[in-house]
Amino acid sequence: MSRRRSDSRAATPAKAGFRQTMTWLHTWVGLTFIWLLFFVFVTGTAGYFDTEIDRWMQPELPPAQIGVDASDSVPVLLNHARLVAPGAEQWFLSLPVDRNQPYASLFWRGADPEQGAQQTSGNALIDLRDGAVLQARDTGGGQLLYQMHWRLHYLSRNYSDWIITLATMFMFVAIIAGVIIHKRIFRDFFTFRPGKGQRSWLDAHNLLSVAALPFHLMITYSGLLFMGFSFMPLVYSAYYGTDNGARGEFFAEVFDPPGLTAAAGEAAPLVSLALVVAEAEQHWGENRVRSLDIRHPGDANARIFVHENAEQTVANSEGLLVFDGSNGSLIHALPSATSTTKRIRDVSLGLHEGLFAAPVLRWLYFFSGVLGTGMVATGMVMWTVKRREQAVRTRVPPSAGLLLVEKLNVGTIAGLFVGIAAYFWANRLLPVDFVSRADWEAHALFLTWAAMLLHAAVRPTRQAWVEQFALGGLAFAALPVLNWLTTDRHLGQSVPAQDWVLAGFDLTVLALGLTLLVIAGYLASRLGYVNRHLPHDAAASTLGVSR
Amino acid sequence: MDMHGWRLISLIAAGLLGGYAFASAAGVFLGGVLTGSRSEAAMTGHLLGFVVYAAAIVWVAHTRRPGLAWLVFVTGAITLTLAGQALVAQS
Repeated sequence: MSRRRSDSRAATPAKAGFRQTMTWLHTWVGLTFIWLLFFVFVTGTAGYFDTEIDRWMQPELPPAQIGVDASDSVPVLLNHARLVAPGAEQWFLSLPVDRNQPYASLFWRGADPEQGAQQTSGNALIDLRDGAVLQARDTGGGQLLYQMHWRLHYLSRNYSDWIITLATMFMFVAIIAGVIIHKRIFRDFFTFRPGKGQRSWLDAHNLLSVAALPFHLMITYSGLLFMGFSFMPLVYSAYYGTDNGARGEFFAEVFDPPGLTAAAGEAAPLVSLALVVAEAEQHWGENRVRSLDIRHPGDANARIFVHENAEQTVANSEGLLVFDGSNGSLIHALPSATSTTKRIRDVSLGLHEGLFAAPVLRWLYFFSGVLGTGMVATGMVMWTVKRREQAVRTRVPPSAGLLLVEKLNVGTIAGLFVGIAAYFWANRLLPVDFVSRADWEAHALFLTWAAMLLHAAVRPTRQAWVEQFALGGLAFAALPVLNWLTTDRHLGQSVPAQDWVLAGFDLTVLALGLTLLVIAGYLASRLGYVNRHLPHDAAASTLGVSR
Repeated sequence: MDMHGWRLISLIAAGLLGGYAFASAAGVFLGGVLTGSRSEAAMTGHLLGFVVYAAAIVWVAHTRRPGLAWLVFVTGAITLTLAGQALVAQS
């Protein structure tokens, strides 16, 4: 207790220079949510390959049907809509234009059972070769994995929005404080002192943080903007009032497309969609139509909202054309953003999501995410290494806080990789007709992760690092083999067929697995070295083996 | 002047809660000053609110004076809210 006192006094001097106070801020703001932020970075980074992971997790699906002409895909979708969703309030036709939407799909709601609809609302992937519904195993896929990075899976949004925003806010402050600390940011960038304990970790942390600093700042600030309206509701309340409808009114004013109307209740045939698509292509160019959102099809007040594909803009909003659905006239033509402020917001959110990114840029996004993950991980480890070295130097037993953080670090960093590998293993091992199998895939992730946290708690820390990295490495490296044994979409098939999405997944997890195994091997060799070269007690204390 | 115990808790609370109130009020005010329509004002307020919040936390961590931090945030939030309300009434 007395030690902690003196520690906190040393770390938080009442009067201190700007860099000192910012170091203190960086340390503690960084630590508070760091385990959650690690989870966010890992799952968010995986999210840059969400639809690719989707495909691997539904091996029954045919190769992606990207690039089919709108003139061929729209009639197929329309036929299906008429078949399954007569009398609907909305048909949403998504065309497979790029990797964000590999298959054509139909979403509908408000369909009329009296006219033969079996489900009032639904969502289906449609095979453009024969118009049949594409069937595949039930899975959360890459979408669920990416959603975890802000939905936190088990929490309701009432809680998760606040937790995630606060964590992101802490990250934002930590980055700002980190930049202030490093006024020699350029020189620090070229400094690496390996094999020097705490200083090596500091150098690595600096390198990872500075190398992708623009990405870290962008991803953090834009992440906050996603949550702005939930986190600071008072800002829009000042302008829209605090009653229940205020939020809806604000959202409608900012986000609703113009031209929405109620149904007239009077039947009128839907205009030919071929004409609508042709006119849209005159505006934007060929095959730039991403989706057709049809409201009140078959009603005199039908409206067709045609959305432009986003690959030519960074912003997450795109061009929009609004047609009258009964006579086909163009009512509104909107640019991608309606005001400068909205433009700034859309570009920030678009940069965060990276939907526009073609393969090379997508990989760059992915590696920036990896650097961010490394930044968080090295920050976590540095906190403990510094205090562990201090404890050894002053011959004071490590505090309970230090031990806790050390344990949490193992179970979070190495353990999460094991958990995510378990997510993929569950996808292949759970029977296809298993009840709520998609839920259990996610449970497998979190149960495994919990087991790893437990394992870290009971095992000596350094051994736990080795064991969990080795386990994670084996689990990832063996995924291509598991895929080979359980499906016919393995490397032996995907490489000759040049199906680079599936082959890319198998090769990426293999590379990740081997990397984790190399880390485990390196840590194991260091463990052996320390055991051989230091007297037993010293080794025990350096290794953090508590008895 | 030691930073632990209640003074530290008060400082942290000033940064998190006081800073939050100050940032919300600043968002209302800046949105109103900088832009025209109410939807743009609200959106601008959100864009800037987070920047103000971060700056507020950085400032609190540097001054290390919980009393001063509370004073600045509470009076600042009230002033900015009143000024913001005047702007809202005008728009």
